[in-house]
Order: sequence, then C-alpha cells, then structure tokens
Amino acid sequence: MIEVEHLTKVYNGRKAVEDISFRVEKGEILGFLGPNGAGKTTTMRILTCYMPATEGTARVAGYDVFEESLEVRKRIGYLPENPPLYHEMTVYSYLDFVARIKGTPPSKRKSHIDDVMQRTNIGDVRGRVIGRLSKGYKQRVGVAQALLNNPEVLVLDEPTIGLDPKQIFEVRSLIKHLAGDHTVILSTHILPEVSMTCNRVVIINNGKVVAMDTPEGLANQMKGAERVALLVDGPAEAVREKLLAVEGVLDVKAEGIDGSPSKVTVECRLNTDLRRTLAAAVVNQGWGLLELRGISVSLEDVFINLITKEE
Amino acid sequence: MRNTLAIWQREMKSYFVSPIAYVVLTVFLFLSGFFFYSILTAVIQSTMMQSQFGPGSQPVDVPGIVSRSFFGTTSVVLLFMIPMLTMGLFAEEKRRGTMELLLTSPVSILQVMMGKYLASLTFLVLMFLGSGITFSSLFIFGHPEWKTVLGGYLGLLLYGCALLALGLFISTLTENQIVSVVITFGTILVLWLIESFSSGATGVAKDVLDYLSVIGHLDDFIKGVIDTSHVIYYVTFALMGLFLTYRSLESLRWKS
Repeated sequence: MIEVEHLTKVYNGRKAVEDISFRVEKGEILGFLGPNGAGKTTTMRILTCYMPATEGTARVAGYDVFEESLEVRKRIGYLPENPPLYHEMTVYSYLDFVARIKGTPPSKRKSHIDDVMQRTNIGDVRGRVIGRLSKGYKQRVGVAQALLNNPEVLVLDEPTIGLDPKQIFEVRSLIKHLAGDHTVILSTHILPEVSMTCNRVVIINNGKVVAMDTPEGLANQMKGAERVALLVDGPAEAVREKLLAVEGVLDVKAEGIDGSPSKVTVECRLNTDLRRTLAAAVVNQGWGLLELRGISVSLEDVFINLITKEE
Repeated sequence: MRNTLAIWQREMKSYFVSPIAYVVLTVFLFLSGFFFYSILTAVIQSTMMQSQFGPGSQPVDVPGIVSRSFFGTTSVVLLFMIPMLTMGLFAEEKRRGTMELLLTSPVSILQVMMGKYLASLTFLVLMFLGSGITFSSLFIFGHPEWKTVLGGYLGLLLYGCALLALGLFISTLTENQIVSVVITFGTILVLWLIESFSSGATGVAKDVLDYLSVIGHLDDFIKGVIDTSHVIYYVTFALMGLFLTYRSLESLRWKS
C-alpha cells in the first residue's frame, strides 16, 4: 500500500531524513518511533504530499506522491502534529467543510459526518465552537477530520497527544479497529503505544531508520542472550559455582549476604530454555528455590539501546 | 468548481464570525455616508451662491459633481479598507496550521486561491451595495447620468479587483496578519503616490509613472468614460497579483 524508497529530505543544508526505505502492506498499522526531531513528521509530510522529497520516491496505493499528488491526496487522511482546526467554526460546520473539500457526495455527507463523530466520541460538542473546546476534544476533532471520506490510508502524527488516559485508550482501540480496512501509519514517542497498537515498528533516529520489525521481533533481536533470574536460599558463592557448571550457561552473577537468599542472574546461550535444569540443580543441592523467572527485554530497552548506540 | 465554492463559503462565514467584517463594513459605510453628505452640502451651497450672484449664469450639474467627488473619495477610503479584507486570507491559514489541511486535501492551489479571492471580492461588492443605498438618494431628488454612476462603480470594482489580488499575494508571504496589512497598505500607497512623483518627471519617465499610478486610471471611469486601456490596466494588475499568489502558494511546498 505504501512504498517508500531511499527518501531523503534536505532542509537548509541539513538532512532531516536520510535514505529511508520501508513498505506498509494493506491493512497494517505501522508505528513510527523516534525521539523528537528524528524525522517522523518530515516523512509523514512527504507521504501526504505536503512537501516534496529531495531524493527518492514514495508511492501510496500505487500512486507517486509527487507525480500523482492529487490521486494520493484523495486516498489519504492526515492528522498533522497540530490539528488543523478553524477555531471560529463549530465542530459540525468544520467537519462539513472538510468533507466537502474531500469530495464526499452531498447526499451522504450528513450521515457520514455523524458516523465519524460517533466513532471519535465528539457527538456531544457538535454545535460548539472549536476554539473553546479542551485539548482532548480538539485532538479528537482532528482525528475525526482525518477519518472523513473513508481514506484507504491514514497518516496520524502523534494521535494521542494531549488526551487523558481514558481518551488515549479510546483512540488506540479506534485505531486498532481501523486496521484491516485502512492502512495506518502513526508516529509516537510513547513506547507502550507502539507495542499495543502496531503490527510493525520503524525506529528512526537522526533521520535514519535504525530498526524495523514487529514489536516482539525487535525485543528478541536485542536480547543477544536469554536471561533467567533466580532467588535462592543458599550461599551466593556456592550457588554461583554450581550453576556455572550447568551445560549452556554463559555467565552467572550472584549476590547475597550470609543468611539471606541470594539474588542470581544467569545468562544462557540464545534459544535455549534452561529453567528446568537450573531449578533441578538448585533443588538437588538442598537449597530452597524461592523464585525463578525469565527476563524479557522491553521495547523501551530496545529503543534506548538503539538510540544511544547511534549517538 | 465545487471545491472553490466550499472554500468561498467557508471564507464568507469566517468573515462574518470575526469582528473584522463588521468593523470594515461599519467604518466604510459611515465614511462614505459622511463624505456623501458633506460633498452634497458643499455643492448645494456653492450653487446657491452662484445663483444669487447672477441669474444668467450656466446651470450647474449637481448630481454629476457630487458623483464624481463621491467616487473619488470612495477610492481613497478603499485604500485603507482593502488591505483589511485580504490580510488574513492566507496569513491566518499559515498561522493556524490549516494550510497543511488545504495542501494535503484533494483540492488544487487554483481552487483554494480562487475561493478566497472571490470571497474577498464578494465582500467588496457588499460594501458597494451598502454605499449604493446612500448614493441612490441622488436618483430620488435629481437626475444623475446613469453612465457616470455605472462607470464609477465599474471603475471602483476593477480598482478593487486589482488591489485585492495584490493583498492576496502579500497575505501568502507571512503568517502575521499585521505584517500582511501593513505591507499591503504601504504598497498600495506607493502605487497611489506615483502620480504625484510623475508631475516632476518629463518625457518617457512621466508616461511610465502616469501609467503605473493605480488611481490615475480611475479618472475616466468616474467621468463616465469606459476606456479599454484602463480596463486592461486593472485586469492585468489583478491577473498579475493572482499569478504571483499562485506561484507563492506553490513555493510553500518547497520551502516548508
């Protein structure tokens, strides 16, 4: 649905985006993750035909964003970083205006706007002037505007910013529901948002793609080794020696004061599950096994790791 | 066409929910009413004095003199009002970020531009209709020449078309309405004052300066003479403004 190839954008001699390539399949939700100023907004603006790329090509639904801009714009719903709202208009008349310039036929306009208002939960402010609404409502009017005319592709630049936790939850589940019929690209710097809503993640930093995978895949990629944490009722040094002897164990760290249980972290070879063997080894020595769990790497670790590696 | 209409309607609505429309309309109607009244009384007084001095003197064309001075002063008042009609047209879109909506929607730059231009022009026509009510009292009490009146309004309309296009262009250059209004006003004033520079010039320079003067071309219209060369001047001026606006909007994509 979306194909981006070697996209580069130069701003006043500085490369905001450098040689970015990725693809988004139909019905997928792609998360764009990166610190502020990484080039997320620039990439989205190129995709939505707001600005041209310096180099490279981008195609949306088979149309080139530069050569066939009008065809692309017909198929895209875009929520910019700052929702583009006319503050003096009422919510309904604003949505009516957007529906008109997006080409919704007059006979369907009213029911379509009602539907979008219901999905974004803004029906109760339809007659209110936009300028007087709270940030959360304004943001949702922005989302509603992007949904108008049922675009095949939705580009949402930080859609949950400024919302309260309940509204964040609602917008996220709305986005999840959109997948399938729509192809969604959303940018965010909130990590849980990505693992919760997206099928795939592109992490960009300083204008370059540093990683691209599913949220789970990324976490696995970063692991390098399986880790198991144990809490053992036994002397730290003895536990360490015993566990090091287990086949497949790369390293053991154990700490503990005499008398209290030792905290042990075991690093094992990748793709092995030694939890049973480790448990048996501890129990066979007569020590008490108080706790045993696998340590997973969170997306947060991946993110921090990738970003700091880059710098 | 449908898109242009949507933009036009939104722009008209936004004129009338902001105070600008009411302020401009009120001040314009007050000033044109006031000038109309003072011109009329001045002309009547002078004709009465003339008739006292000599009964055999030439008859005075009161409606003619009144309409000529009235159109002349209206053109000056418009000089101040027109920048206010165009100042926000693009500057506000840029400031609020709604330009991003317009440029990423399936509407062309031409449609956006024409929608806005026609909205400002519609507003100008509304202003003329308002002042026309005052002016039409001349028809009740006298017999002004139709040609002069129509010529005057046609001239003012063309003059308005030209200045609105200029203001529209300047509005694309900034995100600040005040900057937009001041630059527009300054530019129009220069184009207006060229005439006074031309009196000191000679030869070709004088011809060029005379031709450039935005107000000089209005004189014939006010006298009821519709000269195509003046029509061409204003139309060219307006098209030039629209062309620059179009180019400037196109370049927004490249600069942003």
